[in-house]
Amino acid sequence: MSKIHRVILNVIIGFVTFVAFCGSSFAKTDLLVYTAVEADELAMFKAEFESDYPDINISWVRDSTGIVTAKLLAEKDNPQADIVWGLAATSLVLLANEGYFQGYAPVGVDALDPLFVDPANNPPQWVGQRAWIAAVCYNTVEAAKHNLPVPSSWSDLTDPAYAGHVIMPNPNSSGTGFLDVSSWIQIWGEEKAWAFMDALHENISRYTHSGSKPCKLAAAGETPIGISFAYRGAKSKNAGAPLEVIAPSEGVGWEVEAFGIVHNTKNLDAAKKLADWSVTRKSNEIYNQEYAVVAMPGVAKPVENFPPDIVEKMINNDFAWAAANRMAILAEWQKRYDSKSDPK
Amino acid sequence: MTNQSLASNNTPKHKVTFKASRDDLQMRLFMGIIALYLIIAVAFPLYAMFSKSLDNRDGVFVGIENYIHYFSTPALFYSIYNSLFVSIITTIITVSLAFTFAYALTRSCMVGKTFFKTIAMIPILVPSLLAGIALVYLFGNQGVIRSALFGHSIYGPIGIIIAETFYTFPHALLIIMTAFSIADARMYEAAISLRASPLKIFFSVTLPGIRYGLISAAFVVFTLVITDFGIPKVIGGKFNVLAVDIYKQVIGQQNLQMGAVVSVVLLIPAMCAFVVDRFVQKKQVTLLSSRAVVFEPKKKIGFDLSMFLYCFLVSIFIVTILGMCQFAALVKMWPYNMSLSLNNYQFDLMDGGGWKSYYNSIRLGVYTALFGTIIVFCGAYLVEKGRGMNLGRNIFHFLAMMPMAVPGMTLGLAYIFFFNNPANPLHFIYGSMSILVICTIVHFYTVSHLTAVTALKQIDKEFESVSASLKQPFYRTFFRVTTPICLPAIFEISIYLFVNAMTTVSAVVFLYSANTNLASVAILNMDDAGDIAPAAAMGMMIFYTNAFVRIVYIILTKKILFKTQAWRKK
Repeated sequence: MSKIHRVILNVIIGFVTFVAFCGSSFAKTDLLVYTAVEADELAMFKAEFESDYPDINISWVRDSTGIVTAKLLAEKDNPQADIVWGLAATSLVLLANEGYFQGYAPVGVDALDPLFVDPANNPPQWVGQRAWIAAVCYNTVEAAKHNLPVPSSWSDLTDPAYAGHVIMPNPNSSGTGFLDVSSWIQIWGEEKAWAFMDALHENISRYTHSGSKPCKLAAAGETPIGISFAYRGAKSKNAGAPLEVIAPSEGVGWEVEAFGIVHNTKNLDAAKKLADWSVTRKSNEIYNQEYAVVAMPGVAKPVENFPPDIVEKMINNDFAWAAANRMAILAEWQKRYDSKSDPK
Repeated sequence: MTNQSLASNNTPKHKVTFKASRDDLQMRLFMGIIALYLIIAVAFPLYAMFSKSLDNRDGVFVGIENYIHYFSTPALFYSIYNSLFVSIITTIITVSLAFTFAYALTRSCMVGKTFFKTIAMIPILVPSLLAGIALVYLFGNQGVIRSALFGHSIYGPIGIIIAETFYTFPHALLIIMTAFSIADARMYEAAISLRASPLKIFFSVTLPGIRYGLISAAFVVFTLVITDFGIPKVIGGKFNVLAVDIYKQVIGQQNLQMGAVVSVVLLIPAMCAFVVDRFVQKKQVTLLSSRAVVFEPKKKIGFDLSMFLYCFLVSIFIVTILGMCQFAALVKMWPYNMSLSLNNYQFDLMDGGGWKSYYNSIRLGVYTALFGTIIVFCGAYLVEKGRGMNLGRNIFHFLAMMPMAVPGMTLGLAYIFFFNNPANPLHFIYGSMSILVICTIVHFYTVSHLTAVTALKQIDKEFESVSASLKQPFYRTFFRVTTPICLPAIFEISIYLFVNAMTTVSAVVFLYSANTNLASVAILNMDDAGDIAPAAAMGMMIFYTNAFVRIVYIILTKKILFKTQAWRKK
């Protein structure tokens, strides 16, 4: 009998240990942050924040803008994130309309450019941090091999000479892809913008999941031209890639990276601390290391290898319009271009 | 009638006494526990997935509306055609290549057989995506031998087929080699004495002898390709296939219902292949006769040399894939700065969870090997050595066979539906390491189960009868006799589970969380973000880990088996 008991006991102990593997104890507050910020920046942000707030430990859930947005929407009834941080403002407006966030005015928010603060709610449900700007990454070495001229405008890219040499992000998954499409519609109006994209589609060799990949592929010579964003281009150029970072003449789309505290989060205090930290001068200076436009006026200095005129070329972006029309634009885009794999 | 009554008259004498029947009850209890595990980990999630595929996004039952939508969406529907196309072409290529390789290994006297066999097994140790990444560096627009494609793009069916051939080759090779090794030399002697030409012997003796092996290999390769997700994701370009569609629907658009529909569609070819394979496997066994004589190849210089050259070329292909990945991982900035550096190993600056994901993968591998081996082996023991309750044992066997027919993507998605339901009392394991372990054990359950059953079948049932008549509880026999005898199989199962836990992507890609990133998934995410060289670096880390474990395993088993298996030698 006792042996049987021992066997059964062992089995139970085994199962309990098995299940207990998930549970490890944390002395610190674990803050679950959903973000679309580039992975190579996240380590730095985490280190900087945690050195100011040693009792908080940030866990990132990072993916491309569209993926994070879709994930947040899917978890709407049972949100996992404590705070959404560094995600496109268009997505935050959309999520705010779903009642995802709770209003909070971070200490020092008044010092920010009002353009970066949620205009619809007081206290604001989202606060912008910095802007990322569309750009074209042009590989001079590969372009020379194929005799491709330097494009100076978006329309140039529809030239048949570029056929098969352009890669752009899929706007369904990539925030950069969406701001491109949204800016083209805002620049030209629906009809002309879709006609442009039809022509561009003929030159696209593939659509990528992430907004940085086209530029990384251009930097690696896999494609001569990648439609991406300025930060990625400047970063690759600094690393030694033969790139030109181009701001097309019609104007460039841009988007604010913003944060919002998730309604009913269990870690409200920690989330508020991250919010407060994110509007400080120190944080804005960190943002400016890689991004040319930040929320706090007077902080920004020019960033190395950014197109010099890129700030002037930023279009007058209507976030409310973009958020309201996001679903419809993406559905239309998918209908037109997502099935490039015709059977042949 | 008389026979029956005789039997019923005789049995009570041999029938176990009260003590032993309690023993039976205990065995059934344990079997019930493992069966319950399989039901919770396979049957319930699959049911949840089927029912979800009939709901709309708001959870309202809509019948087959999703399926109608699916089949009327051309972009999705073409994927079926694409999937079948690459699967069939890869199957033909892989089985032909593996057939010739196996022929060389078993029917020639060439030198270096062990070496070639070792090289041929390498693809098992790496995640399937790695082959796709290697092809980018070999045949991509900056690839070192890009001109070999004559201007065709590697991104698409060409790349998928080459990479899938690499990935499925060892699986086909193992099956065909087994088929070759059970050939009966007497058939050849008879054919030669009848003055049949070598060609005639090949077509009338060799091929028919291994036909079931070939069919089995073809279906295994077909299933592996059609359910694989990593390779088309990395190198497929705009060429959509079913497995990638599931990923796009679930991760890209969080449209879980449509993901469930595609999963169900993907389940159909996998199920068919599974049924045919099981049928063929049964036939294969009956070919073996106890009087068969082992075939010994004879020296033929020209033939041996050509076979050697062939194996050499295949090995070069395999080694090139790996070598390319390792080289690309060390290059600073391909192709503009070819100096070497370790920059690509700074995983903490990339997507995918950094170095932590690598350690998580090792944890997953160890837990899966440890708990998986215990569960699988105990389950197989109870099925094989249990007494009575035939129906129960048959149901258990069926449950154990089921995971093989379920593609990883389907299993992972089914887990979301089942475990992420707040009403499920097991909801708390969602997002933890436990769910990854449970899922991975189930995903690779069938092959492990069959390995255990084969080993157990070799042990005479008398051991159980004798110990029962000595009034020993079954677990004493199990620990003192069965387990030591089966040690080789137990090691084999645990290494199989470890290696697969390290390389698997398909099921776990839906189940990892911020704290349980995995190395294999990190490769995918780094590639998605355009960090292809770091993805190659991580893939090679998995290879080295698996190779290291494999080598330790070989050394250890030699030592332990020398101690425990000495009785096998005369």
